[in-house]
Amino acid sequence: MRHRSRFILSTLAFGYAFLYIPLVFVVVYSFNDSRIATIWGGFSTRWYGELFRNDQVLDAALLSLNIALTSATFATILGTMAGLVLARFGRFKGRTLFSGMITSPMVMPEVITGLSLLLLFVTLQQLTGWPGQRGFTTIAIAHTTFSMAYVAIIVQSRLLSMDESLEEAAMDLGGRPLRVVFDITLPLIAPAMIAGWLLAFTLSLDDLVIASFVSGPGSSTLPMYIFSKVKLGVSPDINALATLIIAAVSLGVLVAWFAMRRIRT
Amino acid sequence: MWRRVAVAVPYLWLLVFFLAPFAIILKISLADPIIAQPPFTPAFNEQGDLATSGDNFKFLLTDKLYAITYLRSILMAALATALCLALGFPMAYGIARSAPATRGLLLLLIVLPFWISFLLRVYAWMGLMNNYGVINNLLMWLGIVEQPLQLMYTDFAIFIGLAYSYLPFMILPLYATLERMDLDLVEAAQDLGASRTRAFWDITWPLAKPGVIAGCLLVFIPAMGEYVIPYLLGGSESLLIGRVLFDEFFVNRDWPLASAVAIVLLLLLVVPIVFLQRSQAKDKEGAT
Repeated sequence: MRHRSRFILSTLAFGYAFLYIPLVFVVVYSFNDSRIATIWGGFSTRWYGELFRNDQVLDAALLSLNIALTSATFATILGTMAGLVLARFGRFKGRTLFSGMITSPMVMPEVITGLSLLLLFVTLQQLTGWPGQRGFTTIAIAHTTFSMAYVAIIVQSRLLSMDESLEEAAMDLGGRPLRVVFDITLPLIAPAMIAGWLLAFTLSLDDLVIASFVSGPGSSTLPMYIFSKVKLGVSPDINALATLIIAAVSLGVLVAWFAMRRIRT
Repeated sequence: MWRRVAVAVPYLWLLVFFLAPFAIILKISLADPIIAQPPFTPAFNEQGDLATSGDNFKFLLTDKLYAITYLRSILMAALATALCLALGFPMAYGIARSAPATRGLLLLLIVLPFWISFLLRVYAWMGLMNNYGVINNLLMWLGIVEQPLQLMYTDFAIFIGLAYSYLPFMILPLYATLERMDLDLVEAAQDLGASRTRAFWDITWPLAKPGVIAGCLLVFIPAMGEYVIPYLLGGSESLLIGRVLFDEFFVNRDWPLASAVAIVLLLLLVVPIVFLQRSQAKDKEGAT
């Protein structure tokens, strides 16, 4: 249908403006010289300088990156296994519970996931003494648990859209099941695994609520640090930090998009 | 052998880190709060008898404040879902009907904010809706208002924040169903004399329904338990259940009551979650 109504076009314009105008103002105000974040006091980059001298921000960012790398990797391993099981193993005992446990974390409110995991860690500590201290490990476990669901769904849908004949041919030619998985299946689903890893990585970097529940004293992730500052109101150095994140994400996404378009055409 | 390992590893992980925690929440919700570490009574007393009580649930059901908070959360989440649908449907339709070359870019621009931190996107509205923020400055400059409007710390701010944050979750499933839709059907209806409104309600809307249901639930469910948005944009008296749970746990340190709040929230959400899985199962059957 070539014909697009004026109504549709104006909603599209309004919708994109709604999505992007708040971000534009954060970027603009990050270059504001005034300490009072809402009053324009001339152009300056001083907040960026202060940001890079702030050790708390750098420590929190480092912790967040470490957790995101670890949890995305574990989530990809576990999620790929789960996706394979769901797509290729047919019926087995306990399958309904398994697929239920895979999909539920995606629709669970974060406060419930966070509370339940913290109570688990507290109970485990009472019973076994582990984990002695909450922080990196507990946050990484929590993030792995909720993001492996996303990886599993992506891998599963990739496997379902692919026909099984290549794997069957390899089996018919005498390939042992494990070899077939490593030589045939995994290379075929590698794009889905990469997409899943990236999604798990961003989900982990983004999470505030679950991390707040399961972290202990002394370990703040970047979102936790940001939250503790913005609770008190708008602050110019957070504008600068937000601008850096917006720039990094937009650049990464656009480069990836153009690269993919190149490959396809 | 290898099959067993592939099943067992993720299965065990989920049993320990997903299912077991719910059993623990349920257990603690039946305990009483005490001042100790951890701050709740054990499930068995010294004589080894079961020592649980439904006091927390009784309290939740009889205390007016909690009933109102649950209802307010449902209402706010429903309003935000409605706004997302009203804005998201025409947007998804427009994207699905645009030229293939621009479609990818339009879709990318919907997903891009999702990769930028959720917290920072909510934060962006604080600068806009402040008493001396962008919106008020603009309104006063235009002479529409004399005094700054109180936008921040109101229910309106929460509503806008929810709709803003979850709009992409509405657009993506809608786009997926609208893009698959056979346009010849609409054309046929119009050729046969149906008006455009009639063709929309009789053809497009029923075909888009799976996407509408999925989108609405993907917005409604997380909006129900939202903590960050009411905290940053809402006032201290605009209570939503996610924030009440958080405060009950961290501020009042009443773990049993917080657990009971979580269980009731979960029960309220089980209905839409089951509905979602049904509709997805149907969708899959329809596709194959």
